[in-house]
Amino acid sequence: MPFLRRRRASEYTKASDSADNGGGDEKEREVKSRRKRGQGGSERPRRWSCVDSCCWLVGCVCSIWWLLLFLFNAMPASFPQYVTEAITGPLPDPPGVKLRKEGLTARHPVVFVPGIVTGGLELWEGHQCAEGLFRKRLWGGTFGELYKRPLCWVEHMSLDNETGLDPPGIRVRPVSGLVAADYFAPGYFVWAVLIANLARIGYEEKNMYMAAYDWRLSFQNTEVRDQTLSRMKSNIELMVATSGGNKVVVIPHSMGVLYFLHFMKWVEAPAPMGGGGGSDWCAKHIKAVMNIGGPFLGVPKAVSGLFSVEARDIAVARAFAPGVLEKDVFKFQTLQHMMRMTRTWDSTMSMIPKGGDTIWGGVDWSPEGVFNCSTKRSKNVDITISELSAVRELENRAGVNYGRLISFGKDVAKIHSSKIERTDFRGAVKGTYLSNTSNCDVWTEYHDMGVGGVKAVADYKVYTASSILDLLNFVAPKLMKRGSAHFSYGIADNLDDPKYQHYRYWSNPLETKLPDAPDMEIYSLYGVGIPTERAYVYKLTSTSECYIPFQIDTSADGGSEDSCLKDGVYSADGDETVPVLSAGYMCAKGWRGRTRFNPSGINTYIREYDHAPPANLLEGRGTQSGAHVDIMGNFALIEDIIRVAAGATGQDLGGDRVHSDIFRWSEKIRLQL
Amino acid sequence: MGSVLRLWKLCYVEPVKFQSFGSNKNAEKRQQQQQEERSVSEVESVVQKNGRDDDDDRKKKKNRGKRKSREWRCVDSCCWVIGCLCSVWWLLLFLYHWLPVALPGFQPLESPGARLSREGVRALHPVVLVPGISTGGLELWEGKPCSEGLFRKRLWGGSFTEILRRPLCWLEHLSLDNETGLDPPGIRVRAVPGLVAADYFAPGYFVWAVLIQNLAKIGYEEKNLHMAAYDWRLSFQNTEIRDQALSRLKSTIELMYLTNGCKKVVVVPHSMGVLYFLHFLKWVEGPPPTGGNGGPGWCAKHIKAIMNIGPPFLGVPKAVSNLLSSEGKDVAIIRAMDPGVLDSEILGLQTLEHAMRVARTWDSIISLIPKGGETIWGDLDWSPEEGHGCGLAKRRTLQSSGTNMNSNRADGKITFSVMKEPAKYGRIISFGKEASYLPSLQLPSVDLKELLLGSPSTISNSTCREVWTEYDELSRESIRDVADNKVYTSRTLLDLLRFVAPKMMQRAESHFSHGIADNLDDPKYDHYKYWSNPLEMRLPDAPDMEIYCLYGVGIPTERSYVYKMAPTGKCKSIPFRIDSTAEGYEDSCLKGGVYFVDGDESVPVLSSGFMCARGWRGKTRFNPSGATAYVREYQHRPPASLLEGRGAASGAHVDIMGNVAFIEDVLRVAAGATGEEIGGDRIHSDIMRMLERINIRL
Repeated sequence: MPFLRRRRASEYTKASDSADNGGGDEKEREVKSRRKRGQGGSERPRRWSCVDSCCWLVGCVCSIWWLLLFLFNAMPASFPQYVTEAITGPLPDPPGVKLRKEGLTARHPVVFVPGIVTGGLELWEGHQCAEGLFRKRLWGGTFGELYKRPLCWVEHMSLDNETGLDPPGIRVRPVSGLVAADYFAPGYFVWAVLIANLARIGYEEKNMYMAAYDWRLSFQNTEVRDQTLSRMKSNIELMVATSGGNKVVVIPHSMGVLYFLHFMKWVEAPAPMGGGGGSDWCAKHIKAVMNIGGPFLGVPKAVSGLFSVEARDIAVARAFAPGVLEKDVFKFQTLQHMMRMTRTWDSTMSMIPKGGDTIWGGVDWSPEGVFNCSTKRSKNVDITISELSAVRELENRAGVNYGRLISFGKDVAKIHSSKIERTDFRGAVKGTYLSNTSNCDVWTEYHDMGVGGVKAVADYKVYTASSILDLLNFVAPKLMKRGSAHFSYGIADNLDDPKYQHYRYWSNPLETKLPDAPDMEIYSLYGVGIPTERAYVYKLTSTSECYIPFQIDTSADGGSEDSCLKDGVYSADGDETVPVLSAGYMCAKGWRGRTRFNPSGINTYIREYDHAPPANLLEGRGTQSGAHVDIMGNFALIEDIIRVAAGATGQDLGGDRVHSDIFRWSEKIRLQL
Repeated sequence: MGSVLRLWKLCYVEPVKFQSFGSNKNAEKRQQQQQEERSVSEVESVVQKNGRDDDDDRKKKKNRGKRKSREWRCVDSCCWVIGCLCSVWWLLLFLYHWLPVALPGFQPLESPGARLSREGVRALHPVVLVPGISTGGLELWEGKPCSEGLFRKRLWGGSFTEILRRPLCWLEHLSLDNETGLDPPGIRVRAVPGLVAADYFAPGYFVWAVLIQNLAKIGYEEKNLHMAAYDWRLSFQNTEIRDQALSRLKSTIELMYLTNGCKKVVVVPHSMGVLYFLHFLKWVEGPPPTGGNGGPGWCAKHIKAIMNIGPPFLGVPKAVSNLLSSEGKDVAIIRAMDPGVLDSEILGLQTLEHAMRVARTWDSIISLIPKGGETIWGDLDWSPEEGHGCGLAKRRTLQSSGTNMNSNRADGKITFSVMKEPAKYGRIISFGKEASYLPSLQLPSVDLKELLLGSPSTISNSTCREVWTEYDELSRESIRDVADNKVYTSRTLLDLLRFVAPKMMQRAESHFSHGIADNLDDPKYDHYKYWSNPLEMRLPDAPDMEIYCLYGVGIPTERSYVYKMAPTGKCKSIPFRIDSTAEGYEDSCLKGGVYFVDGDESVPVLSSGFMCARGWRGKTRFNPSGATAYVREYQHRPPASLLEGRGAASGAHVDIMGNVAFIEDVLRVAAGATGEEIGGDRIHSDIMRMLERINIRL
């Protein structure tokens, strides 16, 4: 009975519309309409078509939206804070305000060195498809272009596969200034909170400098192409000169830490390869280097990234929706494109674990030993219980072998090395006989390997930090050839060897000496208390030639809830990206006192920040976070930085502040110092 | 609940109805549906009839329309209209976004950068851009509580939304300290650094963006292209004292020189940036503490060419009217069109008074006051532009603005008609129209010096005045005296300003000077206050350096003003205003109380061209090393169509930065060409004739 329903509907609408006008009116009208229909069915009131009601709806929504927007704009600026305070109680002062009340003012100029991925990149010259994007951000910001023209975007973000520099006809350059990395995407701060707090005690653009660089390039290439290192040198000199001789405080984050290590060697090295600053440049210009979340010795994540473009996030996504990433979503082979693009970025290779088995552990040992993954979760439980459980854990999981960075199969990850049958992959024959690459749009180096090569890799079963390098050399020879010209991953036997004057060693703290600057201070500031990727369980994918042949075995889970193995990833303590070992070892041991890596005896300090997730949604990303990027909003960290920038020394801050077992682990590493 | 139901019905009931609307094609489908729901047979027949009979349908529609208007309520129709508009807008936006980037068959004009790039012109010399007054962005670093949430947001430039949202707060933050000319306590507003500082002034209104884009086409990028952003509110030396902006510029130029294979830089200053860079030239070679300690060879070593765009070397008359009554031509026209708008207290604000108070704390404006006195700008009876006819220029603007009143006269009859009343441009400010053209003998002569000596008796009962301007300290009598003097030339003008704004002038005159040097060897000229006045400084010893003056011509430009006393309102503290009723004859240069001459809309030709065409031409005492100077003029042509935007051949003060010929010149020089190679001088105006009349020792 369509018409009845329809009619009622219109009546209802009318009724509720005119309800406030009084019901009598309505009845009268109804009668009228009935009469009209009686007169001629053709005059039936058909008032609202679908289009009309759609328009009406859209109009309503828009109007309300505008009204709200208007109200929001007219709202006094202090309103959100008022609401927050009403709910959570008075907020603590931001550290900048608090310290300003204590009378701290800007003293030492500050240099920020952003890490990988967080700096913006913009287009200066592009192919036809990038028309209209001149000086628009390709990386950072809203990433709008990624959706609008993905292939064009990938093409422009890639570097040349041979040289590691710009492909012909494309110039993508880092955004300069503080805007380069204050926010990564709208609302997602990186440096913004720190900048705002520094501004409270009097910093401004003239004594803050963001050393933005193209984080895709190898470090020396940033100088070759953009003269970024010279620029940084000149800016630091200028800031020291204009601020009355006060030395700078450098704050590198993530990969910026390695970049700045490279800079310190570069600036004192003689002219053609280095900056020609003389051997006392650092002593004259740098007061402190405050490394935030520094991956001094590399991160295991970089390996999985290079090996199969996965990290935990992607592995988890795959576990949730198997097939999404493998299928040609939107006709793209997403991961393959990603792999091809990221493999042209030399900088990722700076973060491959360094120091080999000595640091990261061998087949049957690792410095973390029997790290107890459950301690963090049961932090609040009574000590005796946690101790008890720790003991039990120890018995349960006698063999978490973090040293095995990559194992093929969960079982292999656990059993003792003597029981593993391994065949060496190094001599394995690569063949192109099976890979019919013409089917695949995207060319990755895996296509050159053939089935034999893939099988040989899997048969080796277990890879430690040193054999990882051989593995990468095997699966991605071009990449590693390019990379090994710029980076090195070993441990120096004799630092006086003249070969260590080459720039490829400058970003490896185990193959360089710190500059001769006894008054300089080096801090390692990082978060702890978050499970961090440390080792992976891999499996072979079904042999489909266009795909990456290896992936993380997300089905591999530890038995108990407390297990460190989860979704194919063994976790250790860290800040979600960098394990404590990598972030802390150099400052805890490698550079502590006078060592061969630190001949002038520069003071080092470790400041750890225990992770506490945000208490409620209003806090955003938390003021006590220890996560790799979120730590930049950690009040304790900001306070430390501001104090140092205002002139405090490491002793004034309170020296070391340690929550993790870093010192115990460092003892286990047998490294000649 | 009711509304939810209604929505439900709108979404699910209405479509059924909509289908019944359908044409005959859908009849079958409809019938099926109707079969399912065949309970009210009477209605059904109606519907079927409806489907068959088109004629009937049309009639019905008419009825329906009538009815709809009755039953729809206003709110509904509003919503409907808004919804329609939004949907269409989104649809268009969506289509626009999916538009292929380059439409086939549509060939946009090739930009000069792309053309030169094809010719093989490549980036060679690093380029430094120096923005002018008010085009650079300013952002907040520390503020009063009212500016909560604006940290590192732009106060100046961008979308200016904060003016509307918190106007008083905005004014307070943009003002400088009235005593020191530096930050007021608790407020730090700083220049935005980098290319973003002045690429666009407001969204869509380019300043440097077009030039930058074309430079990028021939290979420039951030490593060899630098924007020397500075806080344009401060006096030039103060930018160094507060922000070390000059040291920063020096260091950047040195760095770019080194990292680009020891190629000298090409500097491209615009508007007030020209004076700023003059100051820099002297500063960088000067000894510390006031100088940059670069040594006497610094400029010769680092600078290839200075390409001054729209240079106000000798100041602009606009600055005077701005300081005196914070009006320009624009404000005067607004007042003429709609008297009372500005004078009544809109929204309870004394707009002009506020603007005046803020602008008077900005020392940099003083650098734009006409320099060189009567020698350059003319005296009571004489001016270099004498006999300039405005007919040509004015007719052109009339054409462009579409209000072509005298179309019968516009048929290409270009005449420099002899004026019936020769404009006396030398009288930069006259009170009353008569005073502007009477012979000087008939003018009353009151010596302003006397006024200055007799201390103004303060009678300010400033009870109602929330806005304090220095006019409040002047008595009515002294204001009348000022007006009685009738006529001010560029020399007496300074006295006038000193009289009406003693604090500002006292502050500013320690930073700027407006005279002509008699003897440049006098050690007093080592002081920084003379560095931005080309008539009181020597160019550095750099014989290979080239100096260009690039500016637009063919636009009427403010040159002198007719003033009147403002009606004495209770809270109106600005006693003078431009007499916008003063009009000349049709061809006259007087319009709306302003006398016009040739120029680029802001800077008269005289000011922009004099130094390059005469003052620095050859070896003169201002240019002892004989650096070569070139004049490049660009005849203004308004954009032919709306599609052209602000025009590819514009000569207007800011729009010239999109002028194709201009861009080509800059690109060629940046790529290594010399002034001779791009064609030497290029002159459209009668600048040479004007300059011959100026009697100055060189």
